[in-house]
Amino acid sequence: MGQDNGKDRSQKPAIWRDPRLYQIACLSGLLLYGLLWLHFEVSPWQITITLGTALLTQYAGTRFFKLPAFDPKSPLISALSLCLLLRTDQLPVAALASFLAIAGKFVIRWKDKHVFNPTNLALAVVLTSGLGWMSPGQWGQVAWFGFLIACLGGLVVTRAARADVTVAFLVFYVGLLIVRALWLGDPLMIPLHQIESGALLIFAFFMISDPKTTPDSRTGRIVYALLVTLAALYVQFGLFRPNAPLWGLIACAPFVPLIDYLLPGSRYDWAKPSTGQRAISPPSHVIGQPSAVNRLRSLLSIHQPGRFS
Amino acid sequence: MKRIVATTFTLLIGLLAWNGDASAFCGFYVAKADTKLFNKASEVTIARHDNKTVITMANDFKGDVKEFAMVVPVPTILEKDQIHIGEAAVLKHLADYSAPRLVEYFDENPCRRYELFQDKMGALKNMAPASAELKRERDRALGVTIEAQYTVGEYDILILSARESNGLETWLSENGYKIPNGASAVLQSYLKQHMNFFVAKINLGEQAKLGLSHLRPLQIAFESPKFMLPIRLGTVNADGAQELFIYFLTKQGRVETTNYRTIRLPEAQEIPVYVKDRFGDFYRDLFTQQVKRESERGVFLEYAWDMNWCDPCAANPLSTEELRSLGVFWQETNGRIGKGMPMAQNVFLTRLHVRYDAAHFPEDLVFQETTDRSNFQARYILRHPWNGTDDCPAATAYRQQLRERQEKEAQTLANLTGWQISEIRKAMQLASGPLIEPKKWYERLWNN
Repeated sequence: MGQDNGKDRSQKPAIWRDPRLYQIACLSGLLLYGLLWLHFEVSPWQITITLGTALLTQYAGTRFFKLPAFDPKSPLISALSLCLLLRTDQLPVAALASFLAIAGKFVIRWKDKHVFNPTNLALAVVLTSGLGWMSPGQWGQVAWFGFLIACLGGLVVTRAARADVTVAFLVFYVGLLIVRALWLGDPLMIPLHQIESGALLIFAFFMISDPKTTPDSRTGRIVYALLVTLAALYVQFGLFRPNAPLWGLIACAPFVPLIDYLLPGSRYDWAKPSTGQRAISPPSHVIGQPSAVNRLRSLLSIHQPGRFS
Repeated sequence: MKRIVATTFTLLIGLLAWNGDASAFCGFYVAKADTKLFNKASEVTIARHDNKTVITMANDFKGDVKEFAMVVPVPTILEKDQIHIGEAAVLKHLADYSAPRLVEYFDENPCRRYELFQDKMGALKNMAPASAELKRERDRALGVTIEAQYTVGEYDILILSARESNGLETWLSENGYKIPNGASAVLQSYLKQHMNFFVAKINLGEQAKLGLSHLRPLQIAFESPKFMLPIRLGTVNADGAQELFIYFLTKQGRVETTNYRTIRLPEAQEIPVYVKDRFGDFYRDLFTQQVKRESERGVFLEYAWDMNWCDPCAANPLSTEELRSLGVFWQETNGRIGKGMPMAQNVFLTRLHVRYDAAHFPEDLVFQETTDRSNFQARYILRHPWNGTDDCPAATAYRQQLRERQEKEAQTLANLTGWQISEIRKAMQLASGPLIEPKKWYERLWNN
């Protein structure tokens, strides 16, 4: 898991190497389960509008920025995540969120890379403006375990090259929750209960893992996961606000260009999943003193189709 | 003598007798719910806006009132002015207003356009007459600081802080509080989270002077970003699950739990008419059934409504003055609009009902206010069949459909409550008389 294994992958058509297909299947299944069994308060209209707006915005962006091809996979993932997470009484808000998510990645960019995870940005704007809310408590245990298994299965099946950030975040976050419980003298049931949220899994497997908005190098991604964890825990236990990982991620996203500058790696391409380590020197060499070549490469990175996806 | 810390050792204090003849604004009672419907029930009202919180606490403390005492973890040290005595009548009004309700419709004569409509409701209340006598003792030791002590109404109140839980536990024990085994770890956890403890006992002299036979609700007002309700102390050594009703008064919209699933109860279901006389049993069993379906981990929404109105009304909306007394500080007092109808603006009521124990609710309840202002009520429908003797094609069709409808009602009832379908069918036949057998398909075909 995590390493790009070119040998047997190269025998499959490029499309099947794309981990987003598995992610779409996983999110769709979860949405169906949520609608049919858990009675999520999201109407068919909201789902239609969210998906439709995301695809239209992606299409418009593709045309406007003259990308070679319209790729519906990324906007579908963003839109499905929004359907699972965002709750609102007003359909225009669902459309707005969907539009913000996709438009955000075309507009808010730094050195040819979008800064914010699309879903994360849309949720932050809608929640801050009081137009909608998230229900982090909406997941049952059954859904959670099923979802966890599906997500972990996804890592194995797709060998997602950049799953390291997911694993690092979960290790840091769960680990620190357990440390906190031990320090407080609380039973371990409490941290276990705290992580039993579908929203946390969506966050770990579909938001923070987004290879387009995480640092390019593995070391950078692990540092990033730690930063996000600390920010999330501060929001949760210092500010006493719900949806803490979401706020942690939005606060840390602007640091990605800095991390990329200090710890450069190669840019991600959906069709050729990589850990980002192919083109760079060993990490020990990179940390602290990035070579001029690497820094230049990082700054100039000009990339192929899919750079906006 | 050791005083036993109130039944549940939780933040909830003696709720006053809620024997419910709820006022009937838009209808009348068809079923008076048993006041002991839910055992060990507590009621809390939380008015909150901008981190400013007013909690009104009541519980159903039963037993020897001499043993009554209450320990509540609170996020700040409370001044005397931040503690207040509430009015039981207002809490009762709030409970009535938001109670699950029964609505009654009468089928029209299918041969004539004619309709009757009536609203019925049943109030589900908790009770606990309690009077108490406690002797006050004080001590300082073991790292426990009495930050403040006040007498408010019939209550003696201490605000304690402590360096560590053993000291606090010993202090409480020496002062006559019987601490359940296992509470120490929970106290420790709260102390590390910078919580203080609000301890209330009864001042006998004051109670005698006031001449009250019951305990009035206690109110505290504070400002804190923590939007939560500490239930963990209440689950230590608790004998079985406990019921908690939480009423939220907020400005923006509905409140839900962020660390447990908040579920809407099934509503607007048509149930057999005979439930009219057993609405209390019906609702209690329905609730138990829903709790089971959620693996005993759910928090249930019973009511979410703008305080301006109701439909059907189980009781009048609360007046601006009543809401103020429950802590709605963001409202102006002159809130009457129209013909003397009390209108409270910018107040949204959420009523949550939770059955909790330590195994299924390990963590305190944490809430968030959403921007959802859509209305919800736990409402159940009775449809009285038309029993006329008129004959016309429409009446024939009606009688045929009635049987199917009643069967469906029976199944709905069985599904909601877990009652035996055979018992329900039996009861329905008793209640509604012999049912007409539907004609067979070939009889209908050739109109035999």
